[in-house]
Amino acid sequence: MFQVVTPGILTTVQDLGRFGYQRYGVPVAGVMDSFAAKVANILAGNADNSACLEMTIKGPTLKAINQCNIAITGADLSPTVNGERIDTWATRPVKRGDVLSFSSAQSGCRGYLTVSGGIQVPSVLGSASTYVRGGFGGYKGRAVRKGDVLRGTFSEPMRRIRCVPSEYIPSYTSPATIRVVLGPQEDFFTENGIKTFLNSTYEVTPDSDRMGYRLSGQPIEHSKEPEIVSDGATVGSIQVPGDRMPIVLMKDAGTTGGYPKIAHVISSDLDQVAQLTPGDSLRFKQIEIREAYEIVDQVMKQLDRLKRNIKEADLAP
Amino acid sequence: MYAGPRFLLAGDSALVVEFGDKVSPDIYVKVRKLFLYLEKLTPKGIKEAVPTYRSLMIHYNPLELPLQTLRSKLEKAILESANMPLPRSRRITVPVKYGGEYGPDLKDVAAHNKITPEDVIRIHSSIDYLVYMIGFTPGFPYLGEPPRSIACPRLTTPRVKVPAGSVGIAGTLTGIYPRESPGGWRLIGRTPLKLFNERSNPPSLLQAGDYIQFLSITETDYERILKETQAGDYQPEIQQIEKQ
Repeated sequence: MFQVVTPGILTTVQDLGRFGYQRYGVPVAGVMDSFAAKVANILAGNADNSACLEMTIKGPTLKAINQCNIAITGADLSPTVNGERIDTWATRPVKRGDVLSFSSAQSGCRGYLTVSGGIQVPSVLGSASTYVRGGFGGYKGRAVRKGDVLRGTFSEPMRRIRCVPSEYIPSYTSPATIRVVLGPQEDFFTENGIKTFLNSTYEVTPDSDRMGYRLSGQPIEHSKEPEIVSDGATVGSIQVPGDRMPIVLMKDAGTTGGYPKIAHVISSDLDQVAQLTPGDSLRFKQIEIREAYEIVDQVMKQLDRLKRNIKEADLAP
Repeated sequence: MYAGPRFLLAGDSALVVEFGDKVSPDIYVKVRKLFLYLEKLTPKGIKEAVPTYRSLMIHYNPLELPLQTLRSKLEKAILESANMPLPRSRRITVPVKYGGEYGPDLKDVAAHNKITPEDVIRIHSSIDYLVYMIGFTPGFPYLGEPPRSIACPRLTTPRVKVPAGSVGIAGTLTGIYPRESPGGWRLIGRTPLKLFNERSNPPSLLQAGDYIQFLSITETDYERILKETQAGDYQPEIQQIEKQ
């Protein structure tokens, strides 16, 4: 399907994640921005959980080794086919020999590319996701490199372009407002500490990756020793270790941890965090759990609406 | 231990059932009973449960299982599971080549405690260790405490590379590195067993609730078991034991 000409900064095969193995210390991994990846799969006519390529900050150059239909969503990495700019949040067919090239992110951090039929990699513990640190899943357990060949399944060339109406396309802005639910260890912080956490702006540091976003800004005051008897940690957990700076755990984070967790990012807003790059900033906004559930429901309904409202257009001649 | 369990939110898709805030076998029994009960029942909407020293993290789908329903299911499960006898536990023998290049810090641990390296080996392999939980990295076991007579502080400068299978001591803890990684634990030996294999299911040799016993082996045995493990021919010794 594609041969990798240049790999980009960090290009990995991901699906929605590896579930059921956290008790064995296996992080869920999977796409950092689930909304964008799901939409890419919807556009390509795939199941939500099909494997796609996650591209980070600077995308790859790929040569098509046979005909296929591609869909691109997420951060705008200025995709071109044979040098001509193509749309994101849209599908199109590519021919054998076409060169699909991405450059640096115009906004956001992570772009998604999939093909009709999904990218084919062996399933490891029920998932196609790459866990780079563990060296397994995805394409040979690692980010793609020059010369790798990514395989897909054959699909008939599509005659019309499909695209997402603009009102469904998220804008990746900084500072982002990230909604959180307090707990489980908010009692490890002073009232002032929680106020600081909710009322200041934090900057994404260069030490941020698929494991976690390390933030810097106003220090958050603990009310006792910042150490707990290790318990479960999960995607979205916000730990505050002894240096009093928050860390938002992301998809490749460890499954347990010994630092107190002041709050959790609600599941839908993880996508926004995933699109921030070092130097961007964010503010946390506390919501009640009841509101968080309403948002989960709204996001699902919005995705259903989007499925029904995909626009079709003729291919440019 | 708390008088009753605490239910703590961990975002919109995970709930923590916490029985205490200490490392103790009594608290752990409660975690384990609830974990085993839920595993048998697998209520719709619960995606997975992760046992830890003192709590169970329940990952759930809020659209399928609203929080109030989940909570009442869990309250019922806690009551019913409390009266359940625990099933027998697995005891896994973990062969270890102590000392030499396999355990370069064995002498230091002995010197720190003013005993001989042989004493350290004897004491370290004298008791069963409860696997409280697996976490941090794939297959990493959090074990019960070894006797205090072999405790030793971490290295002041961590090693850049610790080989997979290394058995170490850090303060009053002991543990095994599932894969090569940096680390500051005092290394007293190495096991030829593979703790984590993503091609097996379950992928982790050890599971929460197991016990392990270290067995001192010779270098010849180490090399033989290592070869057999790499070829997929080695069957670790596993017994079923009564423990409460």
